[in-house]
Amino acid sequence: MTVKQLSVFVENRPGRLSAITELLGNAGINIRAMSIADTKDFGILRLIVDNAEKSVKVLKDEGCSVTLSNVLVLRITDRPGGLAEAMKVLYSYNISVEYMYAAFINTESNTACLVLRVDDNDKAITALEEKGYKLLSQNELGL
Amino acid sequence: MGKYWNEQIECMDRDQMKALQSERLVKQVQHVWDNVPYYRKKMEEKGVTPQDINGIEDLYKLPFLSKADLRDAYPYGLLAKPLSECVRIHSTSGTTGKRVVAFYTQNDVDMWEDCVARAITAAGGTNDDVCQVAYGYGLFTGGAGLHGGSHKVGCLTLPMSSGNTERQIQFMQDLGATILCCTPSYAAYIGETVKKMGLTPDDLKLKAGIFGAEPWTEEMRQQIQRSLGIKAYDIYGLTESSGPGVAFECECQHGMHINEDNFIAEIINPETGEVLPDGEKGELVFTSITKEAFPLLRYRTRDICVLTREKCSCGRTLVRMAKPMGRSDDMLIIRGVNVFPSQIETVLLKMSNATPNYQIVVGRENNTDTFEIRVEITDEMFNDTIRSIEELERKISQDMLSVLGIKAKIRLVEPNSIPRSEGKAVRVIDNRKLLD
Repeated sequence: MTVKQLSVFVENRPGRLSAITELLGNAGINIRAMSIADTKDFGILRLIVDNAEKSVKVLKDEGCSVTLSNVLVLRITDRPGGLAEAMKVLYSYNISVEYMYAAFINTESNTACLVLRVDDNDKAITALEEKGYKLLSQNELGL
Repeated sequence: MGKYWNEQIECMDRDQMKALQSERLVKQVQHVWDNVPYYRKKMEEKGVTPQDINGIEDLYKLPFLSKADLRDAYPYGLLAKPLSECVRIHSTSGTTGKRVVAFYTQNDVDMWEDCVARAITAAGGTNDDVCQVAYGYGLFTGGAGLHGGSHKVGCLTLPMSSGNTERQIQFMQDLGATILCCTPSYAAYIGETVKKMGLTPDDLKLKAGIFGAEPWTEEMRQQIQRSLGIKAYDIYGLTESSGPGVAFECECQHGMHINEDNFIAEIINPETGEVLPDGEKGELVFTSITKEAFPLLRYRTRDICVLTREKCSCGRTLVRMAKPMGRSDDMLIIRGVNVFPSQIETVLLKMSNATPNYQIVVGRENNTDTFEIRVEITDEMFNDTIRSIEELERKISQDMLSVLGIKAKIRLVEPNSIPRSEGKAVRVIDNRKLLD
């Protein structure tokens, strides 16, 4: 139960984010989650979209450097301590989180969705599902 | 001691000089023919024998030597004397794979030091001077060359080598150095440090500086002269033909006099190899007519230059060369080190199956060269985490350092972001404006 994430190499110079998001917008691609990790000279734009393959094609055709990786989209309850409980599960199974960011998706009003990159997807899926957590599938991203 | 180290040679009548060069050339060609099979084969291929060379008017008949020949013949292929008669080795800095190694007999060292002594004398040096040599010592010819010349003149020699700038200035003050020898960029840096230490040129006894081994501008000369309160003289040379001292500036600071009794200079069209008349711009070619161990005939320096035989008001009749105006190959000189774009390609090829597009950006900040290599990231190189990309930058940087011998800032850029002209990437951007 993983989801495809796009990572785009972006140089730190004016207009780059504008150009990339415009490309996706013109191609009718909806962004469901995103984050930017930045350094002095470059950043990595990470995106969860409703159509990963099409996005890769659109971006590559424009000469962008893009890779796809499998991440988890985890639904948690939107209340104090909701995130902490999920993290505790991962910690207790000795799974480390490489990075994490919030998604725009809200399937129900009392939940929130997170994108997680962990060192072991299978182990994390087993652990989270065992504890009753819902992981979103690729199909559910169109929602 | 007068203003010339060897007045007879430095002010020799042109016809006499031609006769001297001819006599030495004929002898040298025979020496090379007899002792260097590598060059003899080149001559045979061109159908030339020593009998065809009767004077400098026949020089054009001889085949050229290039840096590629020096690499092919590494290390002993161009040696013309038994190793038992050689006393010294020097080597060029940071070239691809095999370095260029040059050999010297005692006579070669004496000749070289004599050439440098002429340069020091032309800069006003005598045995009353204290000469601080802040060129690097070692395989590099800078330190050894100026050191030897300084001894020959009889200067009190301070063999400082480069670096430790505050100590350099301390010595300069305490021991009253009057002549400074180093690279122009280091001289400029010393000038800034003097100021930073709260000193002025009046606190120093320096009167002259002899600076070479890298290109520098007239503007930089003015700046160094002001910051150190000296007159700054240019010196030219290359390891292949001995080291600094092949040519030197006089008080007119208007071109460098070539030590023609040892080195015959020609200017050729780099494409056709045709010899060009004085005053025309082309590639500088040197023939060593007195060197014993490593006598290179018609060695192509790749430096683009102009020669002039107009009389110099210093009284010397030695032909003058302008500051080199560029290269006929793609070599760059960065912080005194020779860098070829092909070396950078070699390193990048190891990172990715297809050589990524790259661009070299050279600039100058505070009189020190800045050196950045921009590399277009490829899918193979790109990975989702910042850590792995930074790791990659570090790895490229380390490999560049070990191949080039100097540190470069590596900057990964987006694919297709390096400008291309007619489909070819623009490889080098040199913002130093050295050639204005």
